[in-house]
Amino acid sequence: MADYTIKVRRFQPESGEGPYWEEFNVDLDPSLSVLDGLLQAKDRDDGSLAVRCSCRAAICGSCGMKINGQSGLGCKTQIGEAQEQANKMKAATGATAATADSPIGVQAPEQSAGVNAAESGATATAGGEPIVIEPMGNMPVIKDLITDMESTHWTKIRRVTPWLLPHGEPPEREYIVEPESMIDITQSMACIQCGACVSSCLSMEADPDFIGPAALAKAYRFVGDPRDAETHERLHDLADDPHGIYDCTHCFSCIDACPKGVAPMDQIMRLRRKAGEEGIEDPNAGHAHEVAFVKIIEKKGTLDEAMLVQESYAPGIKGKLKPSKRGLRETIKSLPTILRPLRNRKVKLRQAIPGTHHKLPGDAMDDVKAIYAHAEEHNEEFNLYIKGEEGELAEEDVEKGIERSTAPAGQEADK
Amino acid sequence: MPSHDVLVIGAGLAGQRAALAAAEEGVSVGIISKVHPVRSHSNAAQGGINAALNPGDSWESHAFDTIKGSDYLGDQDAVEIMTREAPEEILHLEHLGVTFHRNEEGKLGTRAFGGASAARTYYVADITGQAIMHVLYEQLMKYSEQIARYEEWFCSSLAIDENGECCGVVTRNVADGQVELFQAKSVILCTGGNGMVWKPSTNALICTGDGIAMAYRAGAKLMDMEMIQYHPTTLAGKGFLITEGARGEGAHLLNAKGERFMEKYAPNKMELASRDVVSRAEQTEINEGRGFPDGTVALDITVVPKKRVHEALREIVLVGRDFAGVDITREPIHIKPGNHYTMGGVKTDVDGRTDIPGLYSAGETACVSVHGGNRLGANSLLDTLIFGKRSGRDAAARAKRIDYSRASKQVLEDEENLVADLIAREKGSGRRISEIKLELGQTMDAKVAVFRDEAGITEALETVRRLKEEAKTAYIDDHGSVFNQDLIAAIELGYMLDNAECTCVAALERKESRGAQYRTDFPERNDTDWLKHIDLERTDDGPEISYSEVTITQWEPQERTY
Repeated sequence: MADYTIKVRRFQPESGEGPYWEEFNVDLDPSLSVLDGLLQAKDRDDGSLAVRCSCRAAICGSCGMKINGQSGLGCKTQIGEAQEQANKMKAATGATAATADSPIGVQAPEQSAGVNAAESGATATAGGEPIVIEPMGNMPVIKDLITDMESTHWTKIRRVTPWLLPHGEPPEREYIVEPESMIDITQSMACIQCGACVSSCLSMEADPDFIGPAALAKAYRFVGDPRDAETHERLHDLADDPHGIYDCTHCFSCIDACPKGVAPMDQIMRLRRKAGEEGIEDPNAGHAHEVAFVKIIEKKGTLDEAMLVQESYAPGIKGKLKPSKRGLRETIKSLPTILRPLRNRKVKLRQAIPGTHHKLPGDAMDDVKAIYAHAEEHNEEFNLYIKGEEGELAEEDVEKGIERSTAPAGQEADK
Repeated sequence: MPSHDVLVIGAGLAGQRAALAAAEEGVSVGIISKVHPVRSHSNAAQGGINAALNPGDSWESHAFDTIKGSDYLGDQDAVEIMTREAPEEILHLEHLGVTFHRNEEGKLGTRAFGGASAARTYYVADITGQAIMHVLYEQLMKYSEQIARYEEWFCSSLAIDENGECCGVVTRNVADGQVELFQAKSVILCTGGNGMVWKPSTNALICTGDGIAMAYRAGAKLMDMEMIQYHPTTLAGKGFLITEGARGEGAHLLNAKGERFMEKYAPNKMELASRDVVSRAEQTEINEGRGFPDGTVALDITVVPKKRVHEALREIVLVGRDFAGVDITREPIHIKPGNHYTMGGVKTDVDGRTDIPGLYSAGETACVSVHGGNRLGANSLLDTLIFGKRSGRDAAARAKRIDYSRASKQVLEDEENLVADLIAREKGSGRRISEIKLELGQTMDAKVAVFRDEAGITEALETVRRLKEEAKTAYIDDHGSVFNQDLIAAIELGYMLDNAECTCVAALERKESRGAQYRTDFPERNDTDWLKHIDLERTDDGPEISYSEVTITQWEPQERTY
């Protein structure tokens, strides 16, 4: 048993007041969860503290919240670990997670209604720093830790036509499918719709209309399902939508936040790859843009930004402009974007001319080639449900210094 | 007043299946759930779902295993229906999109499970319940025009018309506290079990026996309420479930001396004997001093190939790591029997009909009975789906036959008065709701668990009745309307106390040992006197006991060994 202080961002909609911070002292085994701490505070001190919860075992997806600024499940985060994290953050930044970048910045804890904290002096805790608990992000708050998932999360889920669309009558027995295909989409199926990925999504912060990690992972569950007959239509729909698969910025936040190893970003990348394979030309040239990235770096070792537009819309011979109609149009459209950094002297004129970007020296290029060769060789995706082996693959990759793009569970195991 | 031909209360597997089945019949359907449907506790069913679908397997074999597992208290006509309809239901789910595990030929693959004479458990890794429930919810979204969803609405009582027929339900919108009377021609209770009556329990916090209590209060009979399953493998202290699939994949049970003790208790089936048998064996080892100091025995999954563990028991790897700090692929994990499942419940026929016309029930809330004294692993999902479907269809047929009858507004007023009374109680007027819950849970786990006797059950019953009195003056902190979870917890406590009282009364009444009911003062099964169901009906002085026959078709009771 140990004492902890949890600092909860509260909001009581019927009080007429804005949100405020309140501290509670709780007393529990470090191996118990942050949710257990909240429930103890609710049971002992204040029954009006609102938090959705049910299973306590990371299977129902009710208790999505931010703990020390990180989105996740209250029931899956051990309170002892949360305490260590809070202390580390304090040591690193000199501020608690809440005061460091408080989205509301209302009351400092000293001024809050923290009755319990006041009584005990708030210092006699296991590790000292309060564990900061907030409602999920990217969703309106209804009361305390309860957010409006319907208007955000569920609306986006319904956006992706979330049911199987087979053609014709079902077979008399089961559909015969590759065993791996079922294991593959079971990774998306493992999603418990907790919203932690949505809460952490940086793209959605910039573009609230972004379909988002959870809904796109759900979409992959159908796109990857051999029984679904609308794969092409689904991919077209998600590629054409300006808030669709090309709106993701690869930030990995959703992978970190997901409590179930669904790795939503990986599912989004699979959707992109499949869209590319299906030859779907999207309005953002998202797929071509990705291909251009890979190609330019393969040739030059680093990114020649001046070539990106050209390569994305009119892939041609190295350095030579071979304009297509669309390529020209897009180049003209992107002129303001090119001119701004020139004007601000962030980019020199020389750097803005396609083809003049320098190449890395020979030995450095050899390293780049080695990375490409490794990627080629390991063209198989890392999917826990297929590989079934945590750790080993991850360790091997780490040794070789190769960054894994798709190893959520492996990353968790490394902790 | 919102009205629907068929109103389903609860949106786990039974409720969602019932709603979809009723909608297929072309009637208007509403489904009410106190949590968002995908939060329902069917999620937690990890291991799989049974069906005799393999060539060489037969429904008779599945039925016999189920009946033997039930210690011959299951009604054999109901078991026949469930096992006969199982294969079709699995295929239906597969066609809807459930990502069932495939064998190398790409066909549905199976795993072994406890108490079964063939490998007939179909599964999705160890998230079978979750996978099926999310797929059914996909269908609810697809048919949103036919099925109105009331997500996060809490039901507090049933409306009964002057003819004694169920005609609606009083429900509270959790989001804003608005209380309404919903009208319906048929009401189906699918609110799950009552695990929260025990502490610890594998059940979710929402499993507070709502439907069982609402039906009981409305005058419906309950049956087999003494039959409460303790699952053999739950995490010590926290009550989390380790799927039977682990033993199905070959894991061993060891005592503190490292002995595979099931050799003594079930030499043939070993770890895969029925759950009541395994739980008793574990508890005996622990009671006789061969357990670990923390009151547990060990489950050794390291004997299962690592690759297979990651592929088929992934959830358990996570549970071990996150909740016990144990890597189950490298070391045994400490477990003990823990409260898990309500075999008893609202007495229904094979179409989900209760004693009250217009009132149906399915899933863990109901007692058809297919599980009798002990449920086999991977039969619960099947029960929810088969009887969910059947009650949905029958409820729709009834709705087509009759007109809406007018519900008395009285029931709505009663509800409003109850809420007003709760809110008006001042802090310190009595005990906290949470204190009463804790005392209830600990008492039941100590006295009405794996081993029971008259003195213990009597003590528990007295405690429950005292707590019922104390609940009348217990106070809540939250006086608001929006997400008043405090208020809902107070109403749920009332449900839990009614459930507990019924379990105690029935456990005291059954003076024999059968299935999950093991009386140390009556250690033998006694078919002469007790091959019958105990039915309970509410009176002002507590549950009134009556009996009903067990339906036996072709399997005469015999001695039960594994």
